Amino acid sequence: MANFFSDNKDLQFHLEHPLMRKIVELKERQFADKEQYADAPQNFEDAMDSFRRVMSITGEVCGDVIAPNAEGVDKEGPRVVNDHVEYASGTVENMKAVVDAGLSGLTLPRRFGGLNFPLICFVMANEMVARADAGFENIWGLQDCAETINEFATEEQKMKYLSRVCEGDTCAMALTEPDAGSDLGAVMLKATWSEERQTWLLNGVKRFITNGDGDISLVLARTEEGTTDARGLSMLIYDKRSGGVKVRRIENKLGIKGSPTCELVFTDAPAELVGDRRMGLIKYVMSLMNAARLGIGAQSVGLCEAAYREALKYAHEREQYGKAIISFPALSEMLSVMRAKLHGARALLYETSRFVEIYKQYGHISHERTLEAEERQEMKFYNRLADAFTPLTKLFSSEYANQLAYDAIQVHGGSGFMKDYPCERLYRDARIMNIYEGTSQLQVVAAINGVTKGTFMEQILRYEAAEYSEAMQPIVEQMKALRERVERMIEHVEAINKEFPQFKDFHARRLVESVGHIIITLLLAQQASQAEEYQSDAKIFAKLAHSAITSAECMVLSSTGEDVALWSEVQQQY
Amino acid sequence: MKKALKIVVLAKQVPDTRNVGKDAMTAEGTVNRAALPAIFNPEDLNALELALRLKDECEGSTVHILTMGPFRAADIIRDAMYRGADGGYLLTDRKFAGSDTLATSYALSCALRQIGADVIVAGRQAIDGDTAQVGPQVAEKLGLPQVTYAEEVLQIEESALIIRRRLEHGVEVVKTPLPAVITVNNSAAAIRPQNARLVMKYKYAMIPSEIAAAPESLSAKMCGERDYLRIVEMSVADIECDEAQLGLTGSPTKVKKIENVVFQAKEAKRLSSEDSDINDLMVELISSHTLG
Repeated sequence: MANFFSDNKDLQFHLEHPLMRKIVELKERQFADKEQYADAPQNFEDAMDSFRRVMSITGEVCGDVIAPNAEGVDKEGPRVVNDHVEYASGTVENMKAVVDAGLSGLTLPRRFGGLNFPLICFVMANEMVARADAGFENIWGLQDCAETINEFATEEQKMKYLSRVCEGDTCAMALTEPDAGSDLGAVMLKATWSEERQTWLLNGVKRFITNGDGDISLVLARTEEGTTDARGLSMLIYDKRSGGVKVRRIENKLGIKGSPTCELVFTDAPAELVGDRRMGLIKYVMSLMNAARLGIGAQSVGLCEAAYREALKYAHEREQYGKAIISFPALSEMLSVMRAKLHGARALLYETSRFVEIYKQYGHISHERTLEAEERQEMKFYNRLADAFTPLTKLFSSEYANQLAYDAIQVHGGSGFMKDYPCERLYRDARIMNIYEGTSQLQVVAAINGVTKGTFMEQILRYEAAEYSEAMQPIVEQMKALRERVERMIEHVEAINKEFPQFKDFHARRLVESVGHIIITLLLAQQASQAEEYQSDAKIFAKLAHSAITSAECMVLSSTGEDVALWSEVQQQY
Repeated sequence: MKKALKIVVLAKQVPDTRNVGKDAMTAEGTVNRAALPAIFNPEDLNALELALRLKDECEGSTVHILTMGPFRAADIIRDAMYRGADGGYLLTDRKFAGSDTLATSYALSCALRQIGADVIVAGRQAIDGDTAQVGPQVAEKLGLPQVTYAEEVLQIEESALIIRRRLEHGVEVVKTPLPAVITVNNSAAAIRPQNARLVMKYKYAMIPSEIAAAPESLSAKMCGERDYLRIVEMSVADIECDEAQLGLTGSPTKVKKIENVVFQAKEAKRLSSEDSDINDLMVELISSHTLG
């Protein structure tokens, strides 16, 4: 009888954000669906009421079905039978529950059978599913592939595939190959047009494909013979019903064991082109990736929630020297920091989701009518923020998932190292989060432009100009001072980079993390201005920001152009 | 193709007695309903799931809830609609108040005659009374066969169901002609979750009394426009019945006193269905003043 929505006040707080009014307006287009669809909202309050109800259903399925199955799924795992994946029995039960609850096609338009919910709700649902079982979140969360189909495919393709996603078909994105991981431009899987069969045929191998045997796959393939880079790649839809793909093996992994990671062999597998040829990586995978990164952000925050709760519960229950261990300062500090990071990562996650949502909705509206000048400007504004904030969210939340999982075991002491408590599974599950959908190092590459081109700083200034409660004024002043120090760090790096071109790359992570710390602190300070329970989070996070930025500053300002060479010597060393 | 069935689920809204706090009872020794949340009786949810599975199997079937209680019992009808039921009937009238199981089953059977059903499904028992009497009594009053302790419908035939029963020491598979009454155990399949689309479709469903109480509400407006949102409300006037058999006057059960009983016996006593065994038991119970 657990409910992962009603037991989580922080999630409920984020659902009630003032921007929801604008988001619902954009998503519902003057509530045009209300006469045509029995489940369409009549007005804003009606829509919000539905969001709360459906989030509560999701929370119940997570608490009552998915979470209790997690341990069994981790042990049993999926297997390959006759070239196809068979899920663990708990995964089958989970799938049935989420489909019965009608949680498929959450964000898709009603004409395909979707719920037409805002992205915020999908992110929330992902987060709750991940808290219950991070591995299952991979399978369920991959329905966001459908958003890419919705954005770029033809109406006919949308009708064919999106309606199936809304009925519970699962998806996969088949991008990675043995020789193309972070460098997707090197993808070699071949797509050739067959005049005889009037279809594209796929041949080759994909590796590390999450839910690779899903019903509908988006495949990155080389349609342009003779090319070797990104410009020869296109995006295609492979329908499992067509046949032609075998699962050669599934990986034996450290964590997220319930999620089948497949090696796929394509043999004349028929596939449909999505959008334009040659735009596969450049346009469509970038969109897919951004959605997937937000998904991993949600997965990571869900894992943070699970880790914090496990640690907190144990710290209250476990007694040593005649008292609960949480009463020892070393433990209460650890737990306070875990809490501040959890709430900080979540604040950033939903802020990013709102940016992505608004710009994506304007994109959809622009297919229906010409946008007004003001709307175009707004779309551009949010697009820029979304592009900068998405890698920042992925970076912070996935690193925090690892830190919190690590700390959760530490709080459990020796017991945490045993298989008796869920924290060991959380620790294994978290480890992939700062690796897949772009490693933390690659998130920094994606976010650094936001630092040097001013996107983050402009947004920080907007946050500084917002209204705060009196209690939060000192925090805001402290952040202003830190922001000025970070500006000097950026100037220093830019100046030296002119002569030593790798200098910016060398310090990129320190700069990105510095702005990230300020942003998160200010977001928490805004929340604390509305709800007092966030005050300690904001104050604690401000201290984390202060020490992290001081440390980064020390490294940045003390380093010279020659240091780049010093740190590259390792290439020649044993 | 299987024949479409008209299925009615008997359900009850009960105080949640599973998590009883210190203020669960009033000073007078009655249940403090304000302190206990009103919930869908758990085994009635098993019954609803069994009914919904029948509906899934037999295209064109309908599932309706029949419940007796105050206006707020409409909540469990809405809950059932969120999970796949098509609608419901709320039997509500002051004249039903104070009904014991006999008066309840009389009222329900009168309503069922009016509604008509191929299959009547109920939970084995409600957690507030634990009598397990209402389902069987309804069957008797309607002259229908009954299958108690049902766990799963194994097969659906033209005009019969083959059902597995969960008994104390094993299972039994029986076949019943239709129409029939089935009472369901908590060992049967658990209820499916509420469905997002159905919640949004039916969340404004109301009984006429609720609409009358809030005529300006969005719910009332929606109920006016959409037939499927109207939950049927039935009073004594709406069913053909003998009023003397309703409510307190129709209830022979009298509560003498309430005691907290702790079972002492370690082992159960097994009796056969022979007349002699039953006679011995009667003598024993009368002599120990348990009866009479």
